[in-house]
Amino acid sequence: MRRSQMPSTHTLAVLVENKAGVLARVAGLFARRGFNIESLAVAPTDERFSRITIVVDAQSAPIDQIKKQLDKLINVVDIVELSTESAALREMVLVRMKVDPGKVPEIEELVEGFSGTIINATEDHLMLSLSSHPEDLDDLLSQLRPFGIEELQRTGAIAIPRIE
Amino acid sequence: MQMDGGQALLKALEFEGVEMVFGYPGGAILPVYDSVLESGIRHVLVRHEQGAGHMASGYAHATGKPGVVMVTSGPAATNIVTPLADAYLDSVPIVAITGQVPYGLIGTDAFQETDTTGITMAVTKHNYLVSDPNDIPHIVHEAFHIATHGRPGPVLIDLPKNITDAANPDSLMTWKDPGPLDLPGFQPVLDADPADVTAAVKLWTEASRPVIYAGGGILKARGAAELTALAERTNTPVVTTLMARGAMPDSHELNLGMPGMHGNYTAVMAMQEADLLIALGSRFDDRVTGRLDSFAPDAKVIHVDIDPAELGKIRMPDVAIRGDAKRVMAAMLAEFGSATLADHGGWRSTLSGWQENYPLAYESAEPGGKLKPQMVLERLRDASPKDTIVASGVGQHQMWASQYWQFDHAYTWLNSGGLGTMGYSIPAAIGAKAGMPDRTVWAIDGDGCFQMTCQELITAAVEKIPIKVALLNNSYLGMVRQWQEMFYENRYSEVDLGGPVPDYIKLSEAMGCVAIRVEDPDEVEAAIERANAINDRPVVVEFVTEPEENVYPMVPGGKSNSEVVVPPFQQKERNQ
Ligand SMILES: Cc1ncc(C[n+]2csc(CCOP(=O)(O)OP(=O)(O)O)c2C)c(N)n1
Ligand SMILES: [Mg+2]
Repeated sequence: MRRSQMPSTHTLAVLVENKAGVLARVAGLFARRGFNIESLAVAPTDERFSRITIVVDAQSAPIDQIKKQLDKLINVVDIVELSTESAALREMVLVRMKVDPGKVPEIEELVEGFSGTIINATEDHLMLSLSSHPEDLDDLLSQLRPFGIEELQRTGAIAIPRIE
Repeated sequence: MQMDGGQALLKALEFEGVEMVFGYPGGAILPVYDSVLESGIRHVLVRHEQGAGHMASGYAHATGKPGVVMVTSGPAATNIVTPLADAYLDSVPIVAITGQVPYGLIGTDAFQETDTTGITMAVTKHNYLVSDPNDIPHIVHEAFHIATHGRPGPVLIDLPKNITDAANPDSLMTWKDPGPLDLPGFQPVLDADPADVTAAVKLWTEASRPVIYAGGGILKARGAAELTALAERTNTPVVTTLMARGAMPDSHELNLGMPGMHGNYTAVMAMQEADLLIALGSRFDDRVTGRLDSFAPDAKVIHVDIDPAELGKIRMPDVAIRGDAKRVMAAMLAEFGSATLADHGGWRSTLSGWQENYPLAYESAEPGGKLKPQMVLERLRDASPKDTIVASGVGQHQMWASQYWQFDHAYTWLNSGGLGTMGYSIPAAIGAKAGMPDRTVWAIDGDGCFQMTCQELITAAVEKIPIKVALLNNSYLGMVRQWQEMFYENRYSEVDLGGPVPDYIKLSEAMGCVAIRVEDPDEVEAAIERANAINDRPVVVEFVTEPEENVYPMVPGGKSNSEVVVPPFQQKERNQ
């Protein structure tokens, strides 16, 4: 598959304590230190901890400094930097399209090629989802765009290290 | 034991060994203040909450114990934002307790509600909003631990009124001594990796122009003795930053004094020409480095800091050592063993040549002219006990104080280095004196700074904390005026403080101080002696000084340290 050579982003898996305000602390740190967030996904892993997957813009600051500043937050327990090789990276997108009725089969074929799912379809509307590597989402979306995307929502990437 | 949250807070403070709190009461913190009456902790009632914050800082720096500030919600909480930011940038361990509206009212724009934890997130090391009074003992315990361990800093605890108010059933709690700490995300590393120490020592033995760049972290780590030992063992000259003044005696021949924007010529140039900088608890602040891309161009760097985020943040080190400065210095000393170092003879003679040609110096006043501030500080230094604690404001007077005082003891210099907070000196001096009542404490203040926080002299008078203030009155916001003179073609904009108002003598007397005005050079010594002899109330000595005196040397903002400007009379000598 097409994976870019020089990463323009870094992916961090950040384990945090489930304490009130922890997301504000992380987001506030990025804002005040001038680090740019590409995407952020967060949910509890158990009673005590949550995992935040942050994709950061590699241009905005040295990744080492971003990791060290994050680590200073008292509620941040662990930070792992994930590379495409070392991690399983997934993202989901929901797309609603208004299309030329004659194009529906073509679009269905395209979505199937990415192992996406058509959630429902009318004569001139399509609703679909794809859960895959974020770059696959980028590819699919760029191919769908000429057909007429009405609305879309991406979740932001989530990631954990691969089995060795 | 059953109690309410207010009682639990005081008990928790006592459990942490707190002896003194600087604060100001109000609605949301009222129940806690009711418990203050029963407590053995001394409460110092300030006149503005900002003062309480700086007092806690001054107390902490002078005593080595965390300072505590306690105020109500809303405007009181926002009034301590400045001292929190100040303590955050200068890594001072303080714990702030703020009242908050009852938990159920949070988010409703209730009277005196502010989002205190939200507002202070960026200026504290950590903060807490407590929802259950049973959490008070362990949260207070954690707060003190976090404030004082690793890189120290301020921690805030926001206490909603419903959990402290005895009249509210929400406040009922059962006291339990805090158990073991459970902070998986806060595990400071104190001891260096031995391989890094070995690598550092190797670089050091090879260097021919080494300089120790000593920062405030050495004082936080209580490593002053190790610094001198390490400098002596390696025969390496030391520069002490604004935050590290006193970390090594100024009288020591290896101590070159303060580097940076207003550092002395030798300290500035020593860093600039070094082939090795050993940065110990310092952070390559822009006021030290000047223009970064031309800073110390030939130097390799060993950087020691307890905060790993400082390593490589500004200047990439050749050897980065994460650890407590005191322990790392001890490890380095051990690692040196009987190693021999490269010869520094040439380097030392370069340095003494600079010292001879460009000493810190000023031109004496013309006969009948106004007092020179530098002369006043020299006299004050010579007439005061050697271990006098000095707290300064921010401006020209701060730079002269750092330059002309002789700091031969650690923890005798208090100032606002990172934030540059005007008004710091009087409250910080009060905090230091409250914690160290047997020491002489002088606030060295500017007239602009004095007008920001002088009301705390009422606190000093009423609470019987007899500090002394040397007010260097140049009737200007002098530091700003100097920049306007040098970089804005003498276009003075809003820097004239409009003397003779206020009358500092009447003002100080009205606040319960003894006040002395000095205009004649022959009266300087007598006034200082009189002030030093007064121990039952605060004293203000107003020195009316030369208004247009400038601070030299100076590295103009954004310029390379190599372009350091020496005073005009030394420039002439240079051209001869
Ligand atoms: C709270 C705050 N406001 C503004 C400044 C900017 N500033 C730095 S020094 C200075 C002048 C200080 O005047 P004064 O206290 O009279 O000291 P001097 O420089 O005259 O010795 C000002 C306005 C500051 N550092 N802090
Ligand atoms: Mg002034």
